[in-house]
Amino acid sequence: MATATPRPGRRRHTAAPVLFLAPFLLLFSATLLAPIGYALWMSLFREQAASGLGFGGTKTLFVGAGNYLRALDDPGFRRGFAHIALYCAVYIPVMVGGALALALLLDSALARAKRFFQLAYFLPHAVPGLIAAIIWGFLYTPGLSPVLDLLSAFGADWDVLGADGAVFAMANAATWQWIGYNMVIFYAALQAVPRETLEAAVVDGAGQLRTAVSVKLPMIRSSVVLTTLFTAVGAIQLFNEPEVLRSRSAAISPDWSPVMFIYQAAFTRHDYGLAAAASLLLAVLGAALSFVITRLGNRWKEA
Amino acid sequence: MAVETTAAPTAPVRPKTPATASAPAPAPWASRAAVNTVLAIVALYTLMPLSWLLVNATKNNGDLFGRPGFRLGAFSLFANIADLFAYQDGLFGRWLLNSLLYSVAGALASTLVSLLAGYAFAVYGFPGREKVYGLVLLGILVPPTVIALPMYLLASEAGLVNTYWAVLIPGLVNPFGVYLARVFAEAYLPAETLEAARMDGAGELRVFRSVALPMLSPAFVTIFLFTFTGSWNNFFLPLVMLNDSSLYPVGLGLYGWNAVLPQEPQLYALVVTGSLLSVVPLAVAFLTLQRHWRSGLTAGAVK
Repeated sequence: MATATPRPGRRRHTAAPVLFLAPFLLLFSATLLAPIGYALWMSLFREQAASGLGFGGTKTLFVGAGNYLRALDDPGFRRGFAHIALYCAVYIPVMVGGALALALLLDSALARAKRFFQLAYFLPHAVPGLIAAIIWGFLYTPGLSPVLDLLSAFGADWDVLGADGAVFAMANAATWQWIGYNMVIFYAALQAVPRETLEAAVVDGAGQLRTAVSVKLPMIRSSVVLTTLFTAVGAIQLFNEPEVLRSRSAAISPDWSPVMFIYQAAFTRHDYGLAAAASLLLAVLGAALSFVITRLGNRWKEA
Repeated sequence: MAVETTAAPTAPVRPKTPATASAPAPAPWASRAAVNTVLAIVALYTLMPLSWLLVNATKNNGDLFGRPGFRLGAFSLFANIADLFAYQDGLFGRWLLNSLLYSVAGALASTLVSLLAGYAFAVYGFPGREKVYGLVLLGILVPPTVIALPMYLLASEAGLVNTYWAVLIPGLVNPFGVYLARVFAEAYLPAETLEAARMDGAGELRVFRSVALPMLSPAFVTIFLFTFTGSWNNFFLPLVMLNDSSLYPVGLGLYGWNAVLPQEPQLYALVVTGSLLSVVPLAVAFLTLQRHWRSGLTAGAVK
């Protein structure tokens, strides 16, 4: 913080906020702002061998937008975006829609054992994402998985981790982990819908389904928009599931998702400029998604 | 976005009771049955993988494949646990302790940092307050995977790579925690109470420690829980920062074992049992502190 050092004594009102904010803002600058700035800087340079034979160490060249163009031109990076686009198209509607449906069902007067169901749905969230991927990896392994064995007994042998199934396998693992968490968010928002509004709907003759869709859903749309936003920003950073399932599937390459590509570029190829540029492109995509979802959300609110 | 501070951590808001007399006619049993059947099927889906894990952690390597799915084998849970803690000179126990250090110590410090900052944002008016706060909120949306590479390079400059600090320090920064802290502080700290303490001659630090902090203890628990889960689940940062397997948190260690399973199938029982053990601490935290989860989710969602 650029403010002058706090003076002890009477002027405590100006000193106190600086003092209280200092630890957080210092750490925030060191672990968030500085790395972003550093990534921006790095993305403009490329390390090259000083001579064609690799003698004489490396020299750093200013390449301007070169790394960005290289990333955008890389077939691996582009495939990564195609993969997460498909993943998002499967995962976001299923998970957000599913969580919403569950919350509305639980909030209806028809549901029984509400506390049990909430707990059962929320419990997978207590499993770290990495461990969830490991567990689902087992459940996708023929010979270990009760589900696959059951299907196989009916003659349906399904290669879950094959080229066509892998996206669904990952989306399922992520849905399993997050559906209950988001259900609780929606359910909490539904609990805050004023009782009079619901009574008015009943007086007007609306049934359970009609009340849920036309009255309750519009009243929790802020939660829906916010959840979609966080889900989308998380989904484009897909890493844990493909990285864990990779050891069981030939269909998942080491640079299957954009974050995996970045990891490979940085720590296998030591091409820091490319990795930084690719990271920032991903961050821009995240910002663009946030913007679009917020805009769509606002339009929904005004409708 | 106005923040509704209806989230009362101690007494969840329930403006409507489901069992009101206003329902005009009892719902037909058919829709009641349909709704509860759907809810039960989803519960089977969410509970199946964890039950599979629990059942299969009791099997030895032979029975894992020989008696797959939910069929029980020779009960070997304790033998598995003993093998797990003995393998590679007790590396797994070390990983658990590391995870506890990263998560408990890290989350305690991080919660305090967040509370201090959130309190300052809530209680003091100072120039540029909302601008700085907006910047902090933007930090929630920065993809952590994007800053991992520059953070690694900065940490490597500072000589922190491959030390506990490389994982602990970035874990201290939790913009969402600051957001929660501000929401809670605005809801729970009446300005008059703070003013009264000041009139009694308490300094700002003392007002925070002796008046505000005790009143914010529900916020402390909630933020602590979120941070604790976040760092227990964190995989990418330790993966990037750590080489020495004796510094690994439990997730990263299991990831390594899981990746070599195709080559070393004798590790199967260890990975299954290890996954179960690494879920237990979080599951316990969830079940015992449900109330606090809910209030955090509500405060985060109801906007």
